[in-house]
Amino acid sequence: MTHVTQAPVPARVVLNHADIDRALTRIAHEILEANKGSKDLVLLGIPRRGYPLAVRLAQKIAAADPAVDAAAIVGQLDVTMFRDDLSHQPTRPPHRTQLPLSGIDNKVVVLIDDVLYSGRTIRAALDAIVDLGRPRIVRLAVLIDRGHRELPIRADHVGKNLPTSSAEKVRVRLEETDVIDGQAVNEVVIEAGA
Amino acid sequence: MKHLLSTEGLSLSNAVRILDTAEEMAAVGDREVKKLPALRGRTVVNLFFEDSTRTRISFEAAAKRLSADVINFAAKGSSVSKGESLKDTAQTLSAMGADAVVIRHWASGAPHRLAATDWIDAAVINAGDGTHEHPTQALLDAFTMRRHWTKLAGLPSSGADLKGMRVAIAGDVLHSRVARSNVWLLRTLGAEVTLVAPPTLLPIGVEQWPCSVSYNMDETLEKGVDAVMMLRVQGERMNASYFPSTREYSRRWGFDDNRLRALDRLGLKDTIIMHPGPMNRGLEISAAAADSPRSTVLAQVRNGVSVRMAALYLLLSGDTREPAATLKESN
Repeated sequence: MTHVTQAPVPARVVLNHADIDRALTRIAHEILEANKGSKDLVLLGIPRRGYPLAVRLAQKIAAADPAVDAAAIVGQLDVTMFRDDLSHQPTRPPHRTQLPLSGIDNKVVVLIDDVLYSGRTIRAALDAIVDLGRPRIVRLAVLIDRGHRELPIRADHVGKNLPTSSAEKVRVRLEETDVIDGQAVNEVVIEAGA
Repeated sequence: MKHLLSTEGLSLSNAVRILDTAEEMAAVGDREVKKLPALRGRTVVNLFFEDSTRTRISFEAAAKRLSADVINFAAKGSSVSKGESLKDTAQTLSAMGADAVVIRHWASGAPHRLAATDWIDAAVINAGDGTHEHPTQALLDAFTMRRHWTKLAGLPSSGADLKGMRVAIAGDVLHSRVARSNVWLLRTLGAEVTLVAPPTLLPIGVEQWPCSVSYNMDETLEKGVDAVMMLRVQGERMNASYFPSTREYSRRWGFDDNRLRALDRLGLKDTIIMHPGPMNRGLEISAAAADSPRSTVLAQVRNGVSVRMAALYLLLSGDTREPAATLKESN
């Protein structure tokens, strides 16, 4: 999806391509460390941008531990139907939920999303997981934690803590999902609110 | 989209959106917990003025898988048999807080009447009206065809249409709302439709429909076809004799064992045989054809639940705080 901005919004880049890559490398190693290895690991990305991040993390984990097959530990978890704001928003078409073949029962599931804000998406994700199976542990990794939590939810692994005002917008752009002016981009920007 | 009344006015983007959503809904049927919380607290009324088993059960299963509350209302044994009008029935349901009304009615246009008036402020889904339309049946047929068609091409089904697919719809077109809904929807999706029927069972004005017409089943098969949809001979709607005998009908228009063998002989190994049900075995479709690996009859029933989940979800999950007037404008 391309974001078209009508008027030039004052925006500043807080993470560039290399910063995102370094943060993901660190998170990948943190996940392995917290799990004491790669045993039973499953990475579930939340659409849209959590999934490409999960794929990148799985590749980094596979690079660090040759016993891991990146494609076999990664999945996508759609939370649309579990949101608490379904009747307060225009209709959202659901995305695909795709679990690794091994399933999630008795696994260590790491949920992956791009930005942690109110925490409501993660609450929906926890509900979605319960309907799919019973993991041994559920952890949370996010690229950006921008604060302003509305629920008692906390991330286990954070790429960058970004203090923001709630009027500002944090945009994560990844080459897998975002093309601007024909250019694939990897960056995190803060746009000033109106 | 506020109502789903017909496929004639359904745009390509909306049709593909319903089919894509249905594709995601289909996955729920394979899960341990076959339920989503999306429509919790919403009430869906099945308002059936005509007999139906699979459509009603299918809508009921769809609504329940989305956690909606379901009220079943059959005209038989209700106040309708005491002479209550559609308006009073609708207003009663409205007072009970129905969010969606799934209506089947013997009169063509009854769902449109319900949607156009202010009798009830709920989403209206047409589950078959007279000899007019049956949009969810056409959508589930298109869903079944799209899965087959994209699988042959080795493509993902999401986002795809039916461009280039050759579909024959055979049998009692005159009384069939399924045929009408399918003709409109398949045209929108880019398929080439041929109606095959005796002249007595084709409606007046069929030459204006976006499809071709054939009076010969064997010729149509020989020209090559990717899906054959057999329609039920609707005995209950036939007040006159439209064909000399059932024997002659099944020989000339039915999908019998000879025609099943003909598909193999003609090298049409990927042609599927569809039927909206309930089947008159031995009349429009032979038992061997209905039970052959080409038959998609049971897949159609399964897909029906997914498609109806998608329709209910897309009509009911939007912003409820918006005033009804603006919703109708964006329809």
